[in-house]
Order: sequence, then structure tokens, then C-alpha cells
Amino acid sequence: MSKNVLIATMVVLAVAASGCASSKKKSTPTAAPESYGSSAPATDVYGGAAQIGSSPSDSAIAAERALSNNVVYFEYDSSDISAEGLEVVGRFASYLSANPASRVRLEGHADERGSREYNVGLGERRAKSVESALLSKGVGQDQLSLLSYGEERPAVPGHDEAAYAQNRRVQIIRQ
Amino acid sequence: MSRKLLLLLCFVIAAPAQAALEVTVTGGDAAPLPIALVQFAPNPDVPLDVAQVVENDLVRSGRFKALPRSSMPERPTSPQQINHASWRGVGIDNLVIGQIGKSATGYYVRFFLLDTAGNGSQLLGYDLPAKSPDQMRTVAHQIADLIYEKLLGIPGYFNTKIAYVAANGFGPARSFQLVVSDADGEAPRIVATSREPLMSPSWSPDRTKLAYVGYERGRSAIYVHTLATGKVQRLVSEKGINGSPSWSPDGSKLAVTLSFENNPDIYVIDVASNARKRLTDHYGIDTEPSWSPDGSKLVFTSDRGGQPQVYEISVGGGDPKRLTFEGKQNLRPSYSPDGQSIVVVNADGGRYRIGLINLATGSLRIVSDGPQDESPQFAPGGAVIIYATQGRAGGAELATVSVDGRVRTRLRQAGDVREPAWSPIVR
Repeated sequence: MSKNVLIATMVVLAVAASGCASSKKKSTPTAAPESYGSSAPATDVYGGAAQIGSSPSDSAIAAERALSNNVVYFEYDSSDISAEGLEVVGRFASYLSANPASRVRLEGHADERGSREYNVGLGERRAKSVESALLSKGVGQDQLSLLSYGEERPAVPGHDEAAYAQNRRVQIIRQ
Repeated sequence: MSRKLLLLLCFVIAAPAQAALEVTVTGGDAAPLPIALVQFAPNPDVPLDVAQVVENDLVRSGRFKALPRSSMPERPTSPQQINHASWRGVGIDNLVIGQIGKSATGYYVRFFLLDTAGNGSQLLGYDLPAKSPDQMRTVAHQIADLIYEKLLGIPGYFNTKIAYVAANGFGPARSFQLVVSDADGEAPRIVATSREPLMSPSWSPDRTKLAYVGYERGRSAIYVHTLATGKVQRLVSEKGINGSPSWSPDGSKLAVTLSFENNPDIYVIDVASNARKRLTDHYGIDTEPSWSPDGSKLVFTSDRGGQPQVYEISVGGGDPKRLTFEGKQNLRPSYSPDGQSIVVVNADGGRYRIGLINLATGSLRIVSDGPQDESPQFAPGGAVIIYATQGRAGGAELATVSVDGRVRTRLRQAGDVREPAWSPIVR
């Protein structure tokens, strides 16, 4: 722990001292202050009741484990949810129904084939497909928001079917 | 480990200016026009080799073959110094000479295009002003445009800009830059930078503004950036998709894709009043609108027929007409400057290639090799198409191809570069 802090401090000092952080003058009209959604730590990890105790209960840990798989994958040019995807959706439906104050963002993604803006449309269609599935299981509309990134944020690099299959997805991001 | 991290951080934070795109050329006219450009008489304040920049522009077009400086019989800098017979002796009819000088208001380039076969008759003679030495690159592109138009009879496209998106890093470390450079890839300037995607740059017809797509706080938005002032206006940021901005030929409107009313449809926004008109209403994905040169209609991508294909619609609305039938998919259409053809991404057999469609006959001609080509657009003048492609190393590069398919160039740099938008010619 102290070692990590030391390294972090060294980095900050070194960056400052070396004048690296001098690129502020670039205009940053769309610089997002928050970090990219899927990499942000979930703040509302355990939901309501489980947080009362000083340590998370076994059931909270189990619930958390169930939500660790938060990606629904899709076939090429398709927005149909597979049986495997429905299991992910089902676990989130249970969590969201049990925690009406919690919210998720459905981030739709496409593989790199095809045109970029059409892929934004495709990503949204996939996110909407997951949205419909969650709504049909009783999740509240106000618990869901949608965002399509198209092919702009691939999960893995690469230009083959294995990479494409990983990149055609909806990530369910807890807010 | 900490050292590696430190280096990485320094690289990401310090990367000072965008590197210029490196250009390579392949192919060319079967019989390119021989020309000689003698180094201009220099001025000590001007480090740029102006004649070399002009030569590079002309040679990259594929229409010219330049005499190497080492093969030149003499180095004249004014018409009186020329021995015309000596140039004819090395097969040169078209000779360009000049001088760089200082004037009361700054600097100038005086250049001549001479016909040595006609014993030195002057085809062009200009004094082009530059307020400061750093404007000499622009002057060089102006000279290339003048020579190209004089000798080929079609407008040059060298004094233009290219906007493109550069992406670096992966996952949470990914960063995006919107860059504007000269058409030869030089003098790059970062217009916008973000950790979230930047997409779909589109030039205003007067070249003073760029519209583009960005993401902010979990939403996408269409921005209008005024280049001279750096002022950024958020034009629209509805729930859902805000995408595919395309400027109308008169500069008063933007066609865009919005999905807030249900799913992606085409809208036209009046830039001054922000008044909005919905042009399509279909449960399929309608996106990627682009205006005809006369502003009377738009082409766009729609998968209303099951697969994405190209449709045309009147700016007044009505029923869209399908334009593409060859290939499994056709996407991202835009018109040629004369309105006679459209350029598209054509997908067939798993390959995405650039296709030209003659609107009168409906015939499709493929002009690129794929497998992952996208974002095609005509350069001003219509002789060349620019698009994005996958480079040999797997990264994204820009490429150009002449409409006859003969001349190809690649524009590349270390990171991914894609989504080129060629600026209009402004006279």
C-alpha cells in the first residue's frame, strides 16, 4: 500500500517537474471530466441493506459476484439477445428490481466493420434490445439510460472474428 | 514497473504537437506531364523550399513527372537567364522559376510558368503576397493550384485542408483528437481533444467552421467549431444519437441523425434559428445524410430494406428512393461535386471497399482493395477520392485514389487516423 502511494507520488512529482503537463492550452470542448464509464469503480456496490454491517454479508458478496458479468454479446449485424445474454439481463433485472434507487447505463457497441455512424445506430439498437428485456422483467424506465458508442470503443484490439465477437456487445454500467 | 508507467504518462501528457502525416504515392498517369521546378531565389527569412512544396503537390497528383534538380541544365531565377534550348534538350517544355522577396508589407513569391518549346512564352506570371514567412506553405499550394489548372484545365485542390480524427491508446487510456492539416498532411493543428470519441467532422462550405460529434457526461452532441476564434457551440444534444452532421451547400443548415423521437432518423437543422425539421420517419436506422451539390436532395444510409443500402430523398421530404442494389450492403454515401455520381462503402463477400456509382446508369465501379475501407469523400474538383483504410500494421490510415483508379496515395502516422473530411476550395 505505502509502496503504491510512493509510486503514485513519484509519478505526479516527476510529471510536474518535467513539464510534461503543459498541454492545457489545447481546446477541450468535449473533454469529459469523468472517466470512461466501464472503467469507473461502482460506488453503489452493495445496494441498500447490505451496507449496514461493517463488512459485506455473504449474500451481498454473492449478489456482487452475479453482477460481475455485465456484458451481453451479439451476432454480426444483429440485436437479438442470446440465452447466455438473457442470463446476464436476468441477474441485472433482479438487482435493479430489488434496488429501485439504483441505475444503470446500457452502452451499446459494434465491431469495426461497416460505417461508423451506421454502427452508432446498431449499438443503440442493441442497447434498446437490452432495455426492452429489462423493462419486460419489471425494471423501471427511470433506472435505465442508453448510450451508443458504435465502433469507437472496442473491448479488445484486433481485426478478426474473435476480436469482433468480443466487441459486439452491450455493457451494463452501474451509475 | 513504476519507470515504465512514468514514461507512458510523460508520453501521453507531453505529446506536444500532432505529427505531420507521412505521404507515399503509387501509380500515376501512363504519360504524366514533364515539368521542371527550379529552386526559387531564396530569402534569408524564409526557410521553406517553396518550389519543392509545389513540386510535391504536382507529383502526388499523379499527373506530373518532375525533372530531378540534379538533372537540370541550369538554375535560372528570372526569365532573362533562361537558355530555352538547354531545357528542350532534357525534354522539358514546362519550366517553373521564381524568387522569394521582401516587400513593404511582408514577403512575396514571384513565379513564372514558361513554355520553352514556344521559346519562353509566359503561361503564368504572378506575384503572390505573404504577410509572414510561415504563410509560405499556403503560397506554395496556391502556386501548385495555378499551374495545375493552367496545364490541365481543371481546378487544383492543393490549397485546401483535411480534417481527420486521430486516436491513440486503448481502453480507458484511449484519447481522441480532431486535427486539421494542409491537404499534403503538413502543418497539422489540433482543433479538439477528448478522452471520449470524436467523430464525423464536416466542413462548412466557406471553410470557416467544422461540425463534429463528441461525447460529454454520458451523452453525444453535435458541436460547431469556428476555426478562427476557437469558439465551440453545442448545436444539439438530445437523448440518444446525435450524429452525422452534414453542411448544406449554402451553409445555412446541417443535416443530422437524431434518435430522441424513437430511433435514428434524418433531421435538418437551421443553424441560425436552431429550427428543426424531421425528414425521415422509419423504424429502420436512417443515418449518414449528405447533400446534393445543388442542395435539392440528400443521400443517406438506411436498413429499412433489411440491410443497409443508400437512399435519396428530396429536401422537401417524401418517399426515399433506393439507389444501390449491387452488393450486400452500401453505406456512407456522398455526391461528386458535379452531382453525377455518388461514392459509397460497398460490402460484398466480407470485404468493405470504396465504390463509385454512376447515377444515370446505376453502374457500380470498385476503386479500392479493402478489406476495411470507410468514410469516402470526393476531394474538391472531383478528380480524387479520400477514404480511411486499414494499414499493413493494422492501424488506420488515410488513402486517396484518383477516380480513374490509377493514382493512389497513403497518409499515415504512428496512431490511428480516420474519418477524413476534405475542405472545400475557397477562392
